[in-house]
Amino acid sequence: MSLTRTDVEGIAHLARLAITESELPVYVDSLSKIFSFVEQLNGADIDAVEPMAHPLAGQTQRMRPDVIDDSDRHEKYQRNAARVEAGLYLVPKVIE
Amino acid sequence: MTELHHLTLAQLAAGLQKRQFSSVELTRHFLDRIERLNPALNAMITVSGEQALAAAAAADKKLGAGNAGALTGMPIVHKDIFCTDGVRTTCGSRMLSNFVAPYDATVVAKLSQAGVIALGKTNMDEFAMGSSNETSFYGPVKNPWDLTKVPGGSSGGSAAAVAARLAPAATGTDTGGSIRQPAALTSLTGIKPTYGRVSRYGMIAFASSLDQAGTLTYTAQDAALLLHAMAGFDPRDSTSVDVPVADYSATLEQPLAGIKIGLLKEFFERGLDEANAKLVRDALKIYESLGAKLIDVSLPNLPLSVPTYYVVAPAECSSNLSRFDGVRFGHRCENPVDLMDLYKRSRGEGFGAEVKRRIMTGTYVLSAGYYDAYYLRAQKVRRLITDDFARAFAGVDVLMGPTSPTPAFDIGAKVDDPVTMYLNDIYTIGANLAGLPAMSIPCGFLGGLPVGLQIIGPHFAEAKLLNVAHVFQRETDWHERIPEAYR
Repeated sequence: MSLTRTDVEGIAHLARLAITESELPVYVDSLSKIFSFVEQLNGADIDAVEPMAHPLAGQTQRMRPDVIDDSDRHEKYQRNAARVEAGLYLVPKVIE
Repeated sequence: MTELHHLTLAQLAAGLQKRQFSSVELTRHFLDRIERLNPALNAMITVSGEQALAAAAAADKKLGAGNAGALTGMPIVHKDIFCTDGVRTTCGSRMLSNFVAPYDATVVAKLSQAGVIALGKTNMDEFAMGSSNETSFYGPVKNPWDLTKVPGGSSGGSAAAVAARLAPAATGTDTGGSIRQPAALTSLTGIKPTYGRVSRYGMIAFASSLDQAGTLTYTAQDAALLLHAMAGFDPRDSTSVDVPVADYSATLEQPLAGIKIGLLKEFFERGLDEANAKLVRDALKIYESLGAKLIDVSLPNLPLSVPTYYVVAPAECSSNLSRFDGVRFGHRCENPVDLMDLYKRSRGEGFGAEVKRRIMTGTYVLSAGYYDAYYLRAQKVRRLITDDFARAFAGVDVLMGPTSPTPAFDIGAKVDDPVTMYLNDIYTIGANLAGLPAMSIPCGFLGGLPVGLQIIGPHFAEAKLLNVAHVFQRETDWHERIPEAYR
Protein backbone atom coordinates (compact mmCIF):
# COMPACT_ATOMS: atom_id res chain seq x y z
CA MET A 1 0.00 0.00 0.00
CA SER A 2 1.22 3.45 -0.90
CA LEU A 3 0.39 6.72 0.84
CA THR A 4 0.48 10.14 -0.85
CA ARG A 5 1.86 13.42 0.51
CA THR A 6 -1.71 14.55 1.11
CA ASP A 7 -2.45 11.38 3.12
CA VAL A 8 0.56 11.99 5.35
CA GLU A 9 -0.28 15.67 5.78
CA GLY A 10 -3.78 14.62 6.86
CA ILE A 11 -2.47 12.05 9.36
CA ALA A 12 0.03 14.59 10.76
CA HIS A 13 -2.81 17.06 11.26
CA LEU A 14 -4.94 14.47 13.10
CA ALA A 15 -1.89 13.66 15.27
CA ARG A 16 -1.22 17.38 15.88
CA LEU A 17 2.32 17.12 14.56
CA ALA A 18 4.06 19.84 12.55
CA ILE A 19 6.03 18.04 9.84
CA THR A 20 8.66 19.93 7.88
CA GLU A 21 8.90 19.93 4.08
CA SER A 22 12.08 17.82 4.26
CA GLU A 23 10.54 15.27 6.69
CA LEU A 24 7.43 14.73 4.56
CA PRO A 25 8.86 12.47 1.79
CA VAL A 26 10.65 10.36 4.45
CA TYR A 27 7.32 9.68 6.18
CA VAL A 28 5.50 9.06 2.88
CA ASP A 29 8.07 6.36 2.14
CA SER A 30 8.42 4.77 5.60
CA LEU A 31 4.71 4.82 6.52
CA SER A 32 3.88 3.23 3.13
CA LYS A 33 6.41 0.48 3.88
CA ILE A 34 4.96 -0.09 7.37
CA PHE A 35 1.37 -0.35 6.12
CA SER A 36 2.46 -2.75 3.34
CA PHE A 37 4.26 -4.83 5.97
CA VAL A 38 1.21 -5.09 8.26
CA GLU A 39 -0.95 -6.22 5.32
CA GLN A 40 0.29 -9.74 6.20
CA LEU A 41 -2.47 -9.68 8.80
CA ASN A 42 -5.02 -9.91 5.98
CA GLY A 43 -4.09 -13.58 5.52
CA ALA A 44 -5.14 -14.56 9.06
CA ASP A 45 -8.43 -16.37 9.56
CA ILE A 46 -10.14 -14.14 12.12
CA ASP A 47 -13.75 -15.18 11.60
CA ALA A 48 -15.42 -15.71 14.97
CA VAL A 49 -12.35 -14.48 16.88
CA GLU A 50 -13.04 -12.04 19.69
CA PRO A 51 -10.72 -9.01 19.68
CA MET A 52 -8.26 -9.04 22.58
CA ALA A 53 -7.59 -5.83 24.48
CA HIS A 54 -6.00 -7.21 27.64
CA PRO A 55 -3.35 -9.92 27.88
CA LEU A 56 -4.77 -11.66 30.96
CA ALA A 57 -8.01 -13.57 30.47
CA GLY A 58 -10.95 -12.35 32.52
CA GLN A 59 -9.06 -9.34 33.79
CA THR A 60 -11.08 -6.15 34.07
CA GLN A 61 -9.82 -2.73 34.97
CA ARG A 62 -10.64 -1.96 38.58
CA MET A 63 -12.52 1.14 39.65
CA ARG A 64 -11.38 2.95 42.76
CA PRO A 65 -13.57 4.83 45.24
CA ASP A 66 -14.06 8.43 44.13
CA VAL A 67 -12.33 9.97 47.12
CA ILE A 68 -9.41 12.37 47.48
CA ASP A 69 -6.28 10.42 48.39
CA ASP A 70 -3.65 13.07 47.75
CA SER A 71 -2.82 16.54 48.99
CA ASP A 72 -2.89 19.69 46.84
CA ARG A 73 0.46 19.68 45.04
CA HIS A 74 -0.39 21.94 42.12
CA GLU A 75 2.60 24.22 42.70
CA LYS A 76 5.00 21.30 42.44
CA TYR A 77 3.25 19.94 39.35
CA GLN A 78 3.12 23.34 37.67
CA ARG A 79 6.88 23.81 37.99
CA ASN A 80 7.09 21.67 34.85
CA ALA A 81 4.83 23.96 32.81
CA ALA A 82 6.33 26.52 30.44
CA ARG A 83 3.83 29.27 31.32
CA VAL A 84 1.78 29.52 34.51
CA GLU A 85 0.10 32.49 36.19
CA ALA A 86 -1.91 32.53 39.42
CA GLY A 87 -2.09 28.73 39.39
CA LEU A 88 -3.43 28.66 35.83
CA TYR A 89 -1.78 27.25 32.69
CA LEU A 90 -1.41 29.91 29.99
CA VAL A 91 -2.18 29.17 26.35
CA PRO A 92 -2.71 31.43 23.31
CA LYS A 93 -6.10 33.14 23.21
CA VAL A 94 -8.81 30.65 22.21
CA ILE A 95 -11.96 32.85 22.24
CA GLU A 96 -11.89 36.20 20.44
CA MET B 1 42.12 -9.09 44.17
CA THR B 2 38.41 -9.06 43.58
CA GLU B 3 37.12 -5.60 42.81
CA LEU B 4 33.70 -4.49 44.01
CA HIS B 5 32.45 -4.31 40.43
CA HIS B 6 33.31 -7.97 39.87
CA LEU B 7 30.74 -9.06 42.45
CA THR B 8 27.16 -10.01 41.75
CA LEU B 9 24.24 -8.28 43.44
CA ALA B 10 23.88 -11.28 45.79
CA GLN B 11 27.59 -11.15 46.71
CA LEU B 12 27.47 -7.39 47.24
CA ALA B 13 24.38 -7.76 49.44
CA ALA B 14 26.23 -10.31 51.59
CA GLY B 15 29.27 -8.00 51.79
CA LEU B 16 27.11 -5.08 52.90
CA GLN B 17 25.38 -7.19 55.54
CA LYS B 18 28.74 -8.42 56.89
CA ARG B 19 30.07 -4.81 56.84
CA GLN B 20 32.99 -5.84 54.60
CA PHE B 21 32.46 -2.51 52.87
CA SER B 22 30.04 0.32 53.42
CA SER B 23 27.27 1.50 51.14
CA VAL B 24 29.08 4.83 50.79
CA GLU B 25 32.25 3.03 49.62
CA LEU B 26 30.25 0.92 47.20
CA THR B 27 28.28 3.89 45.89
CA ARG B 28 31.45 5.95 45.47
CA HIS B 29 33.12 3.05 43.62
CA PHE B 30 30.35 2.92 41.02
CA LEU B 31 30.02 6.73 40.76
CA ASP B 32 33.77 6.86 40.04
CA ARG B 33 33.41 4.22 37.35
CA ILE B 34 30.49 6.11 35.80
CA GLU B 35 32.52 9.33 35.75
CA ARG B 36 35.53 7.63 34.19
CA LEU B 37 33.95 5.16 31.79
CA ASN B 38 30.53 6.52 30.84
CA PRO B 39 31.69 9.27 28.43
CA ALA B 40 32.72 6.65 25.84
CA LEU B 41 29.54 4.60 26.34
CA ASN B 42 26.85 7.30 26.78
CA ALA B 43 24.86 4.88 28.94
CA MET B 44 23.72 7.53 31.44
CA ILE B 45 21.51 10.58 30.87
CA THR B 46 21.51 11.90 34.44
CA VAL B 47 23.82 10.98 37.35
CA SER B 48 22.44 11.83 40.80
CA GLY B 49 25.65 11.43 42.79
CA GLU B 50 24.84 13.74 45.68
CA GLN B 51 21.46 12.18 46.41
CA ALA B 52 23.02 8.71 46.03
CA LEU B 53 25.77 9.41 48.58
CA ALA B 54 23.27 10.89 51.05
CA ALA B 55 21.04 7.82 50.68
CA ALA B 56 24.08 5.55 51.05
CA ALA B 57 25.07 7.27 54.31
CA ALA B 58 21.54 6.71 55.62
CA ALA B 59 21.71 3.06 54.52
CA ASP B 60 25.00 2.60 56.37
CA LYS B 61 23.33 3.75 59.59
CA LYS B 62 20.61 1.13 59.12
CA LEU B 63 23.19 -1.54 58.32
CA GLY B 64 25.14 -0.55 61.43
CA ALA B 65 22.04 -0.68 63.59
CA GLY B 66 21.23 -4.15 62.31
CA ASN B 67 17.79 -3.29 60.90
CA ALA B 68 18.64 -3.54 57.21
CA GLY B 69 16.83 -5.47 54.49
CA ALA B 70 18.38 -7.73 51.83
CA LEU B 71 19.04 -4.82 49.45
CA THR B 72 19.77 -2.00 51.90
CA GLY B 73 22.64 0.13 50.62
CA MET B 74 22.73 -1.46 47.15
CA PRO B 75 23.41 1.02 44.32
CA ILE B 76 21.63 0.48 41.00
CA VAL B 77 20.59 2.57 37.98
CA HIS B 78 17.07 3.25 36.71
CA LYS B 79 15.95 3.44 33.11
CA ASP B 80 15.01 7.08 32.46
CA ILE B 81 11.41 6.03 31.80
CA PHE B 82 10.69 5.79 35.56
CA CYS B 83 9.62 9.00 37.28
CA THR B 84 12.03 9.96 40.07
CA ASP B 85 10.88 12.65 42.49
CA GLY B 86 13.15 15.68 42.18
CA VAL B 87 15.40 14.10 39.54
CA ARG B 88 15.10 14.90 35.83
CA THR B 89 13.15 12.24 33.92
CA THR B 90 13.58 12.58 30.14
CA CYS B 91 12.39 9.27 28.63
CA GLY B 92 15.18 9.78 26.09
CA SER B 93 13.28 12.67 24.53
CA ARG B 94 13.82 16.36 23.86
CA MET B 95 10.14 16.67 24.85
CA LEU B 96 11.03 16.01 28.50
CA SER B 97 14.55 17.47 28.59
CA ASN B 98 13.56 19.82 31.44
CA PHE B 99 11.01 17.58 33.15
CA VAL B 100 11.65 17.04 36.86
CA ALA B 101 9.23 14.35 38.00
CA PRO B 102 7.02 15.46 40.90
CA TYR B 103 6.69 11.93 42.32
CA ASP B 104 8.36 8.51 42.30
CA ALA B 105 7.21 5.65 40.11
CA THR B 106 6.04 2.72 42.26
CA VAL B 107 9.07 0.68 41.10
CA VAL B 108 11.41 3.47 42.24
CA ALA B 109 9.51 3.97 45.53
CA LYS B 110 9.48 0.24 46.35
CA LEU B 111 13.19 -0.15 45.68
CA SER B 112 13.97 2.99 47.62
CA GLN B 113 11.92 1.65 50.56
CA ALA B 114 13.98 -1.54 50.30
CA GLY B 115 17.08 0.61 50.80
CA VAL B 116 18.30 0.57 47.18
CA ILE B 117 20.44 3.58 46.16
CA ALA B 118 19.70 5.18 42.76
CA LEU B 119 22.94 6.26 41.06
CA GLY B 120 21.16 7.89 38.15
CA LYS B 121 19.05 7.47 35.04
CA THR B 122 20.05 5.45 32.00
CA ASN B 123 19.86 6.33 28.34
CA MET B 124 17.14 4.70 26.24
CA ASP B 125 15.41 4.86 22.89
CA GLU B 126 13.07 7.85 22.85
CA PHE B 127 9.87 6.89 24.72
CA ALA B 128 11.19 3.29 24.55
CA MET B 129 10.55 3.18 20.78
CA GLY B 130 13.54 1.44 19.24
CA SER B 131 15.64 -1.71 19.24
CA SER B 132 19.13 -0.18 19.11
CA ASN B 133 19.14 2.84 21.43
CA GLU B 134 19.76 5.04 18.40
CA THR B 135 16.51 7.02 18.65
CA SER B 136 17.53 8.72 21.92
CA PHE B 137 17.67 12.53 21.82
CA TYR B 138 20.78 12.15 24.00
CA GLY B 139 22.69 10.17 21.37
CA PRO B 140 23.27 6.46 20.79
CA VAL B 141 24.62 4.17 23.51
CA LYS B 142 27.70 2.09 22.65
CA ASN B 143 27.95 -1.63 23.33
CA PRO B 144 30.73 -2.29 25.91
CA TRP B 145 31.70 -5.47 24.00
CA ASP B 146 32.45 -3.40 20.87
CA LEU B 147 31.99 0.36 20.82
CA THR B 148 31.06 0.33 17.11
CA LYS B 149 27.98 -1.85 17.84
CA VAL B 150 24.57 -1.05 19.30
CA PRO B 151 23.73 -2.35 22.80
CA GLY B 152 20.17 -3.14 21.71
CA GLY B 153 17.12 -1.23 22.85
CA SER B 154 15.14 0.26 24.17
CA SER B 155 16.77 -0.38 27.59
CA GLY B 156 20.20 0.03 25.92
CA GLY B 157 21.64 2.39 28.53
CA SER B 158 20.64 0.06 31.37
CA ALA B 159 22.25 -2.88 29.54
CA ALA B 160 25.48 -1.04 28.67
CA ALA B 161 25.80 0.36 32.22
CA VAL B 162 25.50 -3.07 33.84
CA ALA B 163 27.64 -4.87 31.21
CA ALA B 164 30.40 -2.27 31.70
CA ARG B 165 30.11 -2.68 35.48
CA LEU B 166 29.03 0.94 36.04
CA ALA B 167 26.30 -0.49 38.29
CA PRO B 168 25.59 -4.03 39.54
CA ALA B 169 22.00 -4.00 38.23
CA ALA B 170 19.45 -1.85 36.42
CA THR B 171 15.74 -1.52 35.99
CA GLY B 172 14.33 -1.69 32.48
CA THR B 173 11.03 -1.92 30.65
CA ASP B 174 9.96 -4.31 27.93
CA THR B 175 7.12 -3.55 25.50
CA GLY B 176 8.32 -5.72 22.59
CA GLY B 177 11.68 -7.04 23.78
CA SER B 178 13.29 -3.94 25.29
CA ILE B 179 14.82 -5.80 28.27
CA ARG B 180 15.53 -9.19 26.67
CA GLN B 181 17.14 -8.04 23.40
CA PRO B 182 19.63 -5.62 25.05
CA ALA B 183 20.37 -8.29 27.69
CA ALA B 184 21.17 -10.76 24.87
CA LEU B 185 23.37 -8.25 23.03
CA THR B 186 25.42 -7.38 26.14
CA SER B 187 25.65 -10.82 27.88
CA LEU B 188 23.27 -10.06 30.75
CA THR B 189 20.33 -11.75 32.41
CA GLY B 190 17.13 -9.86 31.62
CA ILE B 191 13.62 -10.67 32.79
CA LYS B 192 10.28 -9.25 31.72
CA PRO B 193 7.68 -10.51 34.19
CA THR B 194 4.03 -11.30 33.50
CA TYR B 195 1.94 -8.31 32.43
CA GLY B 196 0.50 -6.81 35.63
CA ARG B 197 3.18 -8.30 37.93
CA VAL B 198 5.10 -5.02 38.38
CA SER B 199 3.29 -1.70 38.72
CA ARG B 200 3.29 0.65 35.74
CA TYR B 201 2.48 3.67 37.93
CA GLY B 202 4.95 6.45 37.17
CA MET B 203 6.48 4.48 34.30
CA ILE B 204 6.00 6.74 31.28
CA ALA B 205 3.50 4.89 29.09
CA PHE B 206 4.30 3.74 25.56
CA ALA B 207 1.81 0.89 24.88
CA SER B 208 -0.24 0.28 28.00
CA SER B 209 -1.41 -3.27 27.21
CA LEU B 210 2.19 -4.40 26.56
CA ASP B 211 4.52 -2.35 28.81
CA GLN B 212 6.05 -4.18 31.75
CA ALA B 213 9.01 -3.38 34.02
CA GLY B 214 11.80 -5.80 34.82
CA THR B 215 15.51 -6.11 35.57
CA LEU B 216 18.93 -6.39 33.93
CA THR B 217 21.47 -8.21 36.12
CA TYR B 218 24.47 -10.56 35.86
CA THR B 219 22.67 -13.63 37.16
CA ALA B 220 19.23 -15.13 37.62
CA GLN B 221 19.93 -15.15 41.36
CA ASP B 222 20.36 -11.35 41.23
CA ALA B 223 17.19 -10.99 39.15
CA ALA B 224 15.28 -13.00 41.79
CA LEU B 225 16.46 -10.61 44.52
CA LEU B 226 15.68 -7.41 42.64
CA LEU B 227 12.41 -8.50 41.03
CA HIS B 228 11.10 -9.65 44.39
CA ALA B 229 11.55 -6.11 45.71
CA MET B 230 9.83 -4.55 42.66
CA ALA B 231 6.86 -6.86 42.13
CA GLY B 232 3.49 -6.71 43.79
CA PHE B 233 -0.02 -5.34 43.66
CA ASP B 234 -0.40 -1.58 43.31
CA PRO B 235 -3.85 0.03 43.58
CA ARG B 236 -2.47 2.98 41.58
CA ASP B 237 -2.09 0.85 38.43
CA SER B 238 -5.52 -0.30 37.24
CA THR B 239 -3.96 -3.29 35.44
CA SER B 240 -1.83 -4.39 38.39
CA VAL B 241 -2.73 -7.95 39.39
CA ASP B 242 -3.51 -8.84 43.00
CA VAL B 243 -1.73 -12.18 43.31
CA PRO B 244 0.98 -12.89 45.92
CA VAL B 245 4.62 -12.51 44.91
CA ALA B 246 6.50 -15.81 45.14
CA ASP B 247 9.81 -16.02 46.99
CA TYR B 248 11.84 -16.27 43.80
CA SER B 249 15.14 -16.93 45.62
CA ALA B 250 13.73 -19.94 47.50
CA THR B 251 13.16 -22.12 44.43
CA LEU B 252 16.28 -21.31 42.38
CA GLU B 253 17.98 -24.65 43.11
CA GLN B 254 15.09 -26.96 42.18
CA PRO B 255 16.40 -29.79 39.97
CA LEU B 256 15.29 -29.76 36.34
CA ALA B 257 14.94 -33.54 35.88
CA GLY B 258 11.77 -34.26 33.96
CA ILE B 259 11.04 -30.65 33.03
CA LYS B 260 9.52 -30.31 29.56
CA ILE B 261 11.08 -27.66 27.34
CA GLY B 262 9.25 -26.68 24.15
CA LEU B 263 11.45 -25.68 21.21
CA LEU B 264 9.75 -23.02 19.14
CA LYS B 265 9.90 -24.36 15.60
CA GLU B 266 9.00 -20.96 14.11
CA PHE B 267 11.96 -19.32 15.88
CA PHE B 268 14.51 -21.65 14.35
CA GLU B 269 13.31 -21.35 10.78
CA ARG B 270 12.81 -17.62 10.35
CA GLY B 271 15.75 -15.32 9.78
CA LEU B 272 17.98 -16.93 12.38
CA ASP B 273 21.73 -16.73 11.80
CA GLU B 274 23.02 -20.34 11.56
CA ALA B 275 25.96 -19.82 13.94
CA ASN B 276 23.58 -18.11 16.36
CA ALA B 277 21.21 -21.09 16.12
CA LYS B 278 24.05 -23.48 16.93
CA LEU B 279 24.82 -21.69 20.22
CA VAL B 280 21.16 -21.90 21.19
CA ARG B 281 21.09 -25.63 20.33
CA ASP B 282 24.25 -26.16 22.42
CA ALA B 283 22.48 -24.52 25.36
CA LEU B 284 19.51 -26.83 24.86
CA LYS B 285 21.89 -29.84 25.00
CA ILE B 286 23.02 -28.66 28.43
CA TYR B 287 19.39 -28.67 29.55
CA GLU B 288 19.00 -32.16 28.13
CA SER B 289 22.03 -33.31 30.14
CA LEU B 290 20.32 -31.91 33.25
CA GLY B 291 17.36 -34.21 32.66
CA ALA B 292 15.07 -31.91 30.69
CA LYS B 293 12.93 -33.32 27.90
CA LEU B 294 13.02 -31.34 24.66
CA ILE B 295 9.77 -31.26 22.70
CA ASP B 296 9.22 -29.57 19.33
CA VAL B 297 6.40 -27.07 19.48
CA SER B 298 4.74 -25.10 16.69
CA LEU B 299 2.91 -21.81 17.17
CA PRO B 300 1.46 -21.31 13.69
CA ASN B 301 0.33 -17.71 14.21
CA LEU B 302 3.61 -16.57 15.79
CA PRO B 303 5.04 -15.26 12.49
CA LEU B 304 2.25 -12.65 12.56
CA SER B 305 3.44 -11.21 15.88
CA VAL B 306 5.58 -8.41 14.40
CA PRO B 307 2.85 -6.98 12.12
CA THR B 308 0.30 -7.37 14.94
CA TYR B 309 2.59 -5.49 17.30
CA TYR B 310 3.19 -2.69 14.78
CA VAL B 311 -0.53 -1.99 14.73
CA VAL B 312 -1.36 -2.44 18.43
CA ALA B 313 1.70 -0.68 19.92
CA PRO B 314 1.57 2.46 17.71
CA ALA B 315 -2.21 2.73 18.30
CA GLU B 316 -1.68 2.76 22.05
CA CYS B 317 1.34 5.08 21.70
CA SER B 318 -0.59 7.64 19.66
CA SER B 319 -3.20 7.74 22.41
CA ASN B 320 -0.70 7.83 25.32
CA LEU B 321 1.52 10.49 23.76
CA SER B 322 -1.39 12.83 23.11
CA ARG B 323 -0.80 14.05 26.69
CA PHE B 324 2.29 15.94 25.47
CA ASP B 325 0.54 19.12 24.42
CA GLY B 326 3.12 21.80 25.29
CA VAL B 327 0.87 23.14 28.05
CA ARG B 328 1.22 21.24 31.34
CA PHE B 329 4.71 19.79 30.97
CA GLY B 330 7.26 19.11 28.28
CA HIS B 331 8.66 21.13 25.41
CA ARG B 332 6.74 24.24 24.28
CA CYS B 333 7.46 26.01 20.99
CA GLU B 334 8.35 29.72 20.82
CA ASN B 335 5.68 32.30 19.98
CA PRO B 336 2.70 30.13 19.03
CA VAL B 337 0.15 32.06 16.94
CA ASP B 338 -2.79 30.01 18.24
CA LEU B 339 -3.56 26.87 20.21
CA MET B 340 -3.32 24.57 17.16
CA ASP B 341 0.09 26.03 16.31
CA LEU B 342 1.17 25.51 19.93
CA TYR B 343 0.17 21.83 19.84
CA LYS B 344 1.63 21.08 16.42
CA ARG B 345 4.97 22.82 16.74
CA SER B 346 5.58 21.80 20.37
CA ARG B 347 5.00 18.17 19.39
CA GLY B 348 6.77 18.45 16.02
CA GLU B 349 9.89 19.91 17.71
CA GLY B 350 9.76 17.87 20.93
CA PHE B 351 9.43 14.38 19.40
CA GLY B 352 12.09 12.67 17.30
CA ALA B 353 11.57 10.98 13.93
CA GLU B 354 10.76 7.45 15.14
CA VAL B 355 8.30 8.64 17.77
CA LYS B 356 6.50 10.79 15.19
CA ARG B 357 6.44 7.84 12.79
CA ARG B 358 4.78 5.63 15.42
CA ILE B 359 2.30 8.31 16.49
CA MET B 360 1.26 8.72 12.85
CA THR B 361 1.05 4.94 12.31
CA GLY B 362 -1.20 4.71 15.36
CA THR B 363 -3.29 7.71 14.40
CA TYR B 364 -3.95 6.16 10.99
CA VAL B 365 -4.88 2.66 12.24
CA LEU B 366 -7.32 4.17 14.75
CA SER B 367 -8.87 6.65 12.33
CA ALA B 368 -12.43 6.35 11.07
CA GLY B 369 -12.62 3.96 8.12
CA TYR B 370 -9.37 2.14 8.97
CA TYR B 371 -10.07 1.02 12.54
CA ASP B 372 -11.67 -2.31 11.56
CA ALA B 373 -9.16 -3.08 8.82
CA TYR B 374 -6.12 -2.52 11.02
CA TYR B 375 -6.68 -2.16 14.75
CA LEU B 376 -9.61 -4.53 15.25
CA ARG B 377 -7.99 -7.11 12.96
CA ALA B 378 -4.71 -6.89 14.88
CA GLN B 379 -6.52 -7.36 18.18
CA LYS B 380 -8.08 -10.52 16.80
CA VAL B 381 -4.75 -11.87 15.54
CA ARG B 382 -3.33 -11.04 18.98
CA ARG B 383 -5.83 -13.48 20.44
CA LEU B 384 -4.83 -16.17 17.91
CA ILE B 385 -1.19 -15.78 18.95
CA THR B 386 -2.10 -15.84 22.66
CA ASP B 387 -4.18 -18.99 22.14
CA ASP B 388 -1.20 -20.64 20.38
CA PHE B 389 0.91 -20.03 23.49
CA ALA B 390 -1.82 -21.37 25.80
CA ARG B 391 -2.02 -24.60 23.74
CA ALA B 392 1.77 -24.97 23.87
CA PHE B 393 1.86 -24.59 27.66
CA ALA B 394 -0.64 -27.40 28.02
CA GLY B 395 2.21 -29.75 27.02
CA VAL B 396 5.42 -28.06 28.18
CA ASP B 397 6.69 -26.18 31.24
CA VAL B 398 8.69 -23.51 29.41
CA LEU B 399 9.44 -22.55 25.82
CA MET B 400 12.94 -21.82 24.56
CA GLY B 401 14.56 -20.28 21.53
CA PRO B 402 16.87 -17.46 20.53
CA THR B 403 16.34 -13.94 21.88
CA SER B 404 17.64 -12.06 18.86
CA PRO B 405 18.20 -13.14 15.21
CA THR B 406 21.82 -11.88 15.23
CA PRO B 407 24.38 -10.57 17.72
CA ALA B 408 24.80 -6.78 18.09
CA PHE B 409 24.86 -4.95 14.74
CA ASP B 410 26.79 -1.82 13.68
CA ILE B 411 25.60 1.57 14.90
CA GLY B 412 23.83 3.16 11.94
CA ALA B 413 23.27 -0.10 10.04
CA LYS B 414 19.47 -0.19 10.25
CA VAL B 415 18.40 3.37 11.06
CA ASP B 416 17.12 4.16 7.57
CA ASP B 417 14.75 1.22 7.27
CA PRO B 418 12.16 0.99 10.04
CA VAL B 419 10.73 -2.37 8.94
CA THR B 420 14.17 -4.05 9.03
CA MET B 421 14.69 -2.55 12.49
CA TYR B 422 11.27 -3.80 13.64
CA LEU B 423 12.16 -7.37 12.59
CA ASN B 424 14.87 -7.44 15.29
CA ASP B 425 12.08 -8.08 17.76
CA ILE B 426 10.70 -11.07 15.86
CA TYR B 427 11.40 -13.51 18.73
CA THR B 428 10.53 -11.28 21.65
CA ILE B 429 7.23 -9.63 20.71
CA GLY B 430 5.07 -12.77 21.11
CA ALA B 431 5.55 -12.83 24.89
CA ASN B 432 4.41 -9.20 25.16
CA LEU B 433 1.30 -9.77 23.05
CA ALA B 434 0.35 -12.73 25.25
CA GLY B 435 1.43 -11.01 28.50
CA LEU B 436 3.82 -13.87 29.33
CA PRO B 437 6.93 -13.71 31.52
CA ALA B 438 10.12 -14.16 29.51
CA MET B 439 13.82 -13.82 30.00
CA SER B 440 17.12 -13.83 28.16
CA ILE B 441 20.29 -15.39 29.56
CA PRO B 442 23.81 -15.45 28.06
CA CYS B 443 24.55 -18.64 26.10
CA GLY B 444 27.76 -17.92 24.21
CA PHE B 445 29.67 -15.59 21.92
CA LEU B 446 29.93 -15.14 18.16
CA GLY B 447 32.98 -13.24 16.94
CA GLY B 448 33.40 -11.73 20.40
CA LEU B 449 29.75 -10.64 20.65
CA PRO B 450 27.25 -12.11 23.13
CA VAL B 451 24.28 -14.30 22.21
CA GLY B 452 21.18 -14.84 24.34
CA LEU B 453 18.89 -17.79 25.04
CA GLN B 454 15.24 -16.87 25.52
CA ILE B 455 13.01 -18.65 28.05
CA ILE B 456 9.25 -18.01 28.01
CA GLY B 457 6.84 -19.29 30.65
CA PRO B 458 3.12 -19.33 31.36
CA HIS B 459 1.53 -16.42 33.25
CA PHE B 460 3.07 -15.82 36.70
CA ALA B 461 5.76 -18.50 36.22
CA GLU B 462 8.60 -16.07 37.09
CA ALA B 463 9.89 -18.41 39.82
CA LYS B 464 10.13 -21.29 37.32
CA LEU B 465 11.93 -19.14 34.72
CA LEU B 466 14.46 -17.94 37.29
CA ASN B 467 14.97 -21.53 38.50
CA VAL B 468 15.54 -22.77 34.94
CA ALA B 469 17.96 -19.88 34.28
CA HIS B 470 19.84 -20.27 37.56
CA VAL B 471 20.48 -24.01 37.11
CA PHE B 472 21.91 -23.27 33.63
CA GLN B 473 24.16 -20.59 35.11
CA ARG B 474 25.53 -23.11 37.62
CA GLU B 475 26.70 -25.20 34.64
CA THR B 476 28.04 -22.37 32.45
CA ASP B 477 30.14 -19.24 32.86
CA TRP B 478 28.93 -17.05 29.96
CA HIS B 479 27.25 -14.71 32.45
CA GLU B 480 30.57 -14.18 34.27
CA ARG B 481 32.37 -12.74 31.24
CA ILE B 482 33.28 -9.05 31.46
CA PRO B 483 34.27 -6.96 28.42
CA GLU B 484 38.04 -6.47 28.56
CA ALA B 485 38.10 -2.69 28.90
CA TYR B 486 35.75 -2.83 31.91
CA ARG B 487 37.35 -5.54 34.06
